[in-house]
Amino acid sequence: MDIATQKPRWLLRLVLSAGVLAALYAANLGVQAGFIEYVQRIILIAGINVILAVGLNLINGTTGQFSIGHAGFMAVGAYAAAFTGVKLAPHVTALLGAGTLADGVTFNLALLVGALLAAGAGVLVGLPSLRLKGDYLAIVTLGFGEIIRILFNNAQFLGAATGYFGDSPAGLPTYTSFFWVFFWVIVIVVVVRNVTFSQTGRSLIAIREDEIAAEAMAIPTTRLKVLAFTLSAATAGIAGGLFAHMQSGIRPEDFKFDKSIDMIVMIIVGGLGSISGAALGGVFVAVTLELMRDLQQYRLVLYALLLIVIMLVRPEGLLGTREISLAALRRRFRQPERP
Amino acid sequence: MDFGRRRWFCLAALTCVAQLGACKKLGGDAAPSGSSAGASAATQGVVIGHYASMTGNTAHFGQDTDKAVHLAVDEANAAGGVLGKPVKVVTLDDRGDSAEAASAVTRLIDVEHVNALIGEVASSLSLAGGRIAQRRGIPMISPSSTNPKVTQVGDYIFRVCFIDPFQGKVMATFARNTLKLDEVAILRDVKNDYSIGLADTFKASFAALGGKISLEQSYSAGDTDFSAQVTAVKGTKAQAIYVPGYYSEVGAIARTAKRLGLKVPLLGGDGWDAPELFSIGGDALDGSYFSNHFAADGASPKGKQFMAAFKTKYGQEPTGLGMLGYDAAAVLLDAVKRAGTTNPKAVRDALAQTKGFEGVTGKITMDKDRNPEKSAVILKIQGGKAVYEATVQP
Repeated sequence: MDIATQKPRWLLRLVLSAGVLAALYAANLGVQAGFIEYVQRIILIAGINVILAVGLNLINGTTGQFSIGHAGFMAVGAYAAAFTGVKLAPHVTALLGAGTLADGVTFNLALLVGALLAAGAGVLVGLPSLRLKGDYLAIVTLGFGEIIRILFNNAQFLGAATGYFGDSPAGLPTYTSFFWVFFWVIVIVVVVRNVTFSQTGRSLIAIREDEIAAEAMAIPTTRLKVLAFTLSAATAGIAGGLFAHMQSGIRPEDFKFDKSIDMIVMIIVGGLGSISGAALGGVFVAVTLELMRDLQQYRLVLYALLLIVIMLVRPEGLLGTREISLAALRRRFRQPERP
Repeated sequence: MDFGRRRWFCLAALTCVAQLGACKKLGGDAAPSGSSAGASAATQGVVIGHYASMTGNTAHFGQDTDKAVHLAVDEANAAGGVLGKPVKVVTLDDRGDSAEAASAVTRLIDVEHVNALIGEVASSLSLAGGRIAQRRGIPMISPSSTNPKVTQVGDYIFRVCFIDPFQGKVMATFARNTLKLDEVAILRDVKNDYSIGLADTFKASFAALGGKISLEQSYSAGDTDFSAQVTAVKGTKAQAIYVPGYYSEVGAIARTAKRLGLKVPLLGGDGWDAPELFSIGGDALDGSYFSNHFAADGASPKGKQFMAAFKTKYGQEPTGLGMLGYDAAAVLLDAVKRAGTTNPKAVRDALAQTKGFEGVTGKITMDKDRNPEKSAVILKIQGGKAVYEATVQP
């Protein structure tokens, strides 16, 4: 491809991005005007779940490593973002004046700090442990998740077991809105998609399919696994930051082992190894539990039953390894092809 | 194409579940559905929302409280309702999770259109739900969240139990002045604010009264082995161990102490109050004391009446949490009556003016921080039963 054909593509992308942002902003206004807070909350939770699932899928689905301590990374991101947000807000407001702009800047800086620290934790755990495989890796990640939670449980400046809700009794500012959640959903889905369909992504899949063969093909397996782990941890960090500012307070108990299991349920229900499957699984978990709210204490029984049924009739998850994409849809409509 | 049977089956199963969830209120329930936003409260009487852990690790708390709340509401309805209309209570489960608690409260406000909320037992969950209630201007009264921070969330948040510092102080006073102890060891659950709060005030109050804390040890909820901590206490001259934790670990700690031959009483708070304490701890707990909101055998006539009614309705003895659940609902309904309207602001103002309300756990007067001023009792454990020992005034 020469420069002449590339330039309009760049322009197209720029226009496309601006269009997406504008659509997102319009949708944000629509959601805030059209839905009661309860429905808005479910939508936000679904968005955060999508981020968690798409991120975790990179490790568990694409790379085939079994991590069950993802709530730990989410906790790091949540606490880091909450703390940074609280400390940063006065400075940003002093610079920009109070308002939506200052809130947005504070929020996104806080989220980025959360993502960075979570990524750091990812490297820290990944480097020594990713030489392990299968069950052993699972146990190490499980241990890590618990260590993180217990650290926060004992960190006095972060509120210890009561949890952290900033300096005001009303809790953390609720920066998390439809716009920001889905802005980050789009960013993360695009990044994860691009990684998955790049050479790196193919190498990750090679590791999943046969690690020894991949190594024999000169794929630096440990380095790539750490890369996947780090990227995945960063996305969990973002999700944590969004969660903290939706909930306006976080406590170590929010990031229990159960939370990691929830995430694994999302990707397994959706289809291991499929980005759109993971996203679907995230929405599924958020919406199903709320829909069943009127069943009172029986809803968890029914939820578990539903998971069993799904696993029996579709062991590969709702989407399997397929992706929902424009290209696939186009292919479907451009029928009779090759014999 | 493989758009086969299995996929359809799966889709059908999913739809079924969605239907099950959606077709909820076919059972003749008169709750307003989400679509009819703003269904006027005037036509339907008082609606009280209760969010509680009906499932999960602390299911016991939520279920006990909910039974008592229903009892209070049933009694009010039998007496002709409040403001001449029947009272309705909507309970939602939060499985002990703070995100779920916040969702449940949002739903109670937006979909069920409640006039007031009864909060959680666990303080961190009352905090999560209370922040939303405060923001939306719906009064919330927590039955048994003892953490001071809960009512600091804002002026719409109340409670009917005393706060943690008070319980620690009560036990310290009792240990020093009545039991005449000089040295006490503390064993706290570091995962639990409640335990930390009680231990901190006990420590300060006991020291202020001239006592000595010989040793501080910690454990985490869910631990099963306490021999290291008990052995450490055994090496000191402690005459008692203050264990302000929850019943499951306390029972195990008592058994460990007995096995290792440590013959000092344990002291604790209202987290001990569950029948399971005795099934786990057995006779190892004999001679121990704990502070509570209420004692069955030291009850007022009103308390006795409640216990009888509870037993008739549910076939079991109420716990202290049940008592408080009942009082939370009763105080709330009383406030609605005094306000003469279901307007949240008016109910809030009436709640704040609660004075000398005769509840089943004692006389309740709201102070300016929306915490009640009321007395606490000390119970002694004897032969697998908790027996009333003393009442400690604020």
